[in-house]
Amino acid sequence: MSDPATMTLEEREATIGGIGTARKRKEDARFIRGKGNYVDDIKLPGMLHGDFVRSAHAHALITSIDTEEALKVPGVLAVITAKDLEPLGLHWMPTLAGDMAAVLADKKVHFQNQEVAFVVATDRYAAMDGVQMVDVAYEALPPLIDPKAALDDDAPVIRDDVAENDEVGQGKRHHPNHIFEWQVGDKAATDAAFADADVTIREEVVYPRCHPSPLETCGCVASMDAVNGKLTVYGTFQAPHVVRTVVSLITGLAESNIRIVSPDIGGGFGNKVGAYPGYVCAAAASIVTGQPVKWIESRIDNLSSTAFARDYHMVGELAADKDGRIKAVRAHVLADHGAFNTHAQPMKWPAGLFNIVTGSYDIPIGHVKVDGVYTNKAPGGVAYRCSFRVTEAAYLIERLVDVLAQKTGIDKAEIRLRNFIQADQFPYKSCLGWEYDSGDYPTALKKVMEAVDYAGLREEQAAKRERGELMGIGVSTFTEIVGAGPVRNCDIVGLGMFDSCEIRVHPTGSVIARLGTKSQGQGHETTFAQIIATELGIPSDDITIEEGDTDTAPYGLGTYGSRSTPVAGAATARAASKIKDKARKIAAHVLEVSEQDLEWDVDRFVVPGTDISIAMKDVAMSAYLNVPDGMEHGLETTDYYNPPNFTYPFGAYICVVDIDRFTGDVKVRRFYALDDCGTRINPMVIEGQIHGGLAEAFGIAFGQEIVYDETGNVLGASLMDYFLPSAVETPEWETDFTVTPCPHHPIGAKGIGESPNVGGVPAFANAIVDAFAHHGVTHMPMPHTQWRVWQTLNELALNK
Amino acid sequence: MAAEKTTISLTVNGDAVTQEVEPRTLLIHFLREQLNLTGPHIGCETSHCGACTVDLNGRSVKSCTVFAVQADGGEVLTVEGLADGAELHPLQDGFYQEHGLQCGYCTPGMLTRAYRLLQENPNPTDEEIRIGLSGNLCRCTGYQNIVAAVRYAADKIAQAKGAN
Repeated sequence: MSDPATMTLEEREATIGGIGTARKRKEDARFIRGKGNYVDDIKLPGMLHGDFVRSAHAHALITSIDTEEALKVPGVLAVITAKDLEPLGLHWMPTLAGDMAAVLADKKVHFQNQEVAFVVATDRYAAMDGVQMVDVAYEALPPLIDPKAALDDDAPVIRDDVAENDEVGQGKRHHPNHIFEWQVGDKAATDAAFADADVTIREEVVYPRCHPSPLETCGCVASMDAVNGKLTVYGTFQAPHVVRTVVSLITGLAESNIRIVSPDIGGGFGNKVGAYPGYVCAAAASIVTGQPVKWIESRIDNLSSTAFARDYHMVGELAADKDGRIKAVRAHVLADHGAFNTHAQPMKWPAGLFNIVTGSYDIPIGHVKVDGVYTNKAPGGVAYRCSFRVTEAAYLIERLVDVLAQKTGIDKAEIRLRNFIQADQFPYKSCLGWEYDSGDYPTALKKVMEAVDYAGLREEQAAKRERGELMGIGVSTFTEIVGAGPVRNCDIVGLGMFDSCEIRVHPTGSVIARLGTKSQGQGHETTFAQIIATELGIPSDDITIEEGDTDTAPYGLGTYGSRSTPVAGAATARAASKIKDKARKIAAHVLEVSEQDLEWDVDRFVVPGTDISIAMKDVAMSAYLNVPDGMEHGLETTDYYNPPNFTYPFGAYICVVDIDRFTGDVKVRRFYALDDCGTRINPMVIEGQIHGGLAEAFGIAFGQEIVYDETGNVLGASLMDYFLPSAVETPEWETDFTVTPCPHHPIGAKGIGESPNVGGVPAFANAIVDAFAHHGVTHMPMPHTQWRVWQTLNELALNK
Repeated sequence: MAAEKTTISLTVNGDAVTQEVEPRTLLIHFLREQLNLTGPHIGCETSHCGACTVDLNGRSVKSCTVFAVQADGGEVLTVEGLADGAELHPLQDGFYQEHGLQCGYCTPGMLTRAYRLLQENPNPTDEEIRIGLSGNLCRCTGYQNIVAAVRYAADKIAQAKGAN
């Protein structure tokens, strides 16, 4: 490094590449060369391949499974069924929500494409050959597809295994297909507020079943070392330590004899939090055969059997005065959880953080009730690029505020400004129990309105309406709740939702840091190094970040719910701060001055007013030789961070659409997204996250839906039918920001990855409905496919 | 079901290769599992996602729906063949400079497809880039930085040509 004496302060800070720098990503080097290491790239000596026989029926008894012909197929070594797993206690597995899920169908199937048998063969082609030859006989049962019929007296009972239980892990229930009932808020006061209100509105809002569909599907390679009894599983795990603990609990293997490795992960978006039958079967097959076993999902398997999201059937109501000031909110939800309650959900509450449904608004009273039910559909209910049930809540409240605006005749931006929690009200206690940490909503919305010339857009819209043209302006001013989370609120299979970072500073001044989280594209190798760089004055290029190997990383709860920066990022900052405290003592010792005489200056301790200084790099060397009496050698530490609160990122989005009234084609003319995620660690990475989240929101709003027919056939579980937007459909994004630091996070950061999805979906939906608002339309069902939009045009005779 | 293997000879990233394959072996599995070229990925099985895109005889193909035997006698280029030794291809540099990737899973297919696009149209408009990459899906970036990355590469290639 150049002599700091001849460098400007900016130059010295630039060499560090710390917080606030748009640093290029360290992980890119391998990915752009095709040298990433994803799970399907792993090839172990003697590795076998497994594939599933899946159910053709949504609901049926299994009368027999004949594996004889399959076992004759060249290359097929074994066909595993529930009967084979039963002696090991592995035919069912506990879910993260306190329910049980079948690993392989045990006497009956509960949804189409459920795993029935696992064929193990020498290569993937032979495994597929074997799958074709397994003969399963079924006796069909009536399927239950519509969640609204789930609690009928004569509804088919889906889960015979728990039919007699009065609870299935999330409190009391009152019907064999009922999973839980959850209420929060003050029902009586809310009812009274509605009775007294000048204006009330009510809207049925369905957030349809969709799927995160990362480009890489789920998979694993399980390898049991029969000699030393150690099981290693490489897989697509967003939370590797949790997997290790769960594997230990269900297999009885010592946790020290289990190593879980998450290699590079090709996107997660919530799909890779849960435990799937493929993981259990691959591990069981490796234990049985003594050879490594690989299981990789096909896309159809992925879309039809692992981790759907949403499927929230909501009724939302607002009570307000005649000026549009909201007096109360009421939300009743019917949640379709599919055949097993496997939503990956670490909260103590069965509907996650849905009670953030007050959004960005100062609503004095509210009541929420959520009922979960079983249906003959794939299990899941994961948080698809959002915190748990937050995107459903944000979609509901942002739709309701628009409906209220239409009912009262108040502009949709104006009604938000009238109802916002004001900057001086933070920390703000919501009527449904949260303490919002910080925010400045009016400033954010006004900035966006100015940037897009909101008044001008409304004038243009009015003129177009005169001419019979359809233009919509969607406003979304959302607040998220992320960073799970405080251990008092959040745990997963009995593990508190802290996270961790271990930092080791080497003698020559470079660093390795390991975290309990796991990047799936978020860029942790780049951004977490920046946190350490700023604190320690060590260039981020000299800092290696490692995640995903449970043999080396400190225990952590993984990456989802935008928790990496709020929780593990905080642990990282705190660990670096502990290192710096020790370094200061060593520096004082080496310089023979008192600690109080030292000041920190970018990358060194200095004694102000003198030329006495010592760079962190030199302190590092001293830590391994010359330390004060009584101090341990070395320069390393670990921090486990239990956040005092969630973080509350927010944003203001405006979307402008033009709709062809003859074809129903919707063109997104403009999308302006302002996000406030507190302190910005890497603006380039943040912007990239926002682009990606908006594109996923676009997919959800305009096309994504996992549809079932009345007999339980999943319609369109391939990319032929399931909409993943391409570069052609995807709009251009404009991004902006304000910075309202998080008051309880060591560096003030809040998390960003999921905001654009949470806020983006209502922005699109509101824009489309707004285009029809002058025709009295208050709501249109998602996804807003061209066909659906055309149907609205046709019903209103606007296409004539 | 498995059938007798057949021998194919082809050029992959400039190297002559002769191997036995089953007639049903897909090109993507041949590349990934027999040649250990794990750059191209598998994201679907219906030719939609483009993660498996490679160049075959001067055209982009989705190698999950091409049999290895169809590449017999042909020339294949994968992401591993883009860089010139230690020197990155301008597209690889562009994806790095413009933050055109996040999880990296679509990147090899994007790069190989963009390589062919720039062969066919060295100076595409942003719209032409979007149309040219429409067979390659990305779940992370929202495409804007991918478009910028391809633009960066096109400009860099044009500048290099101008300098010569």
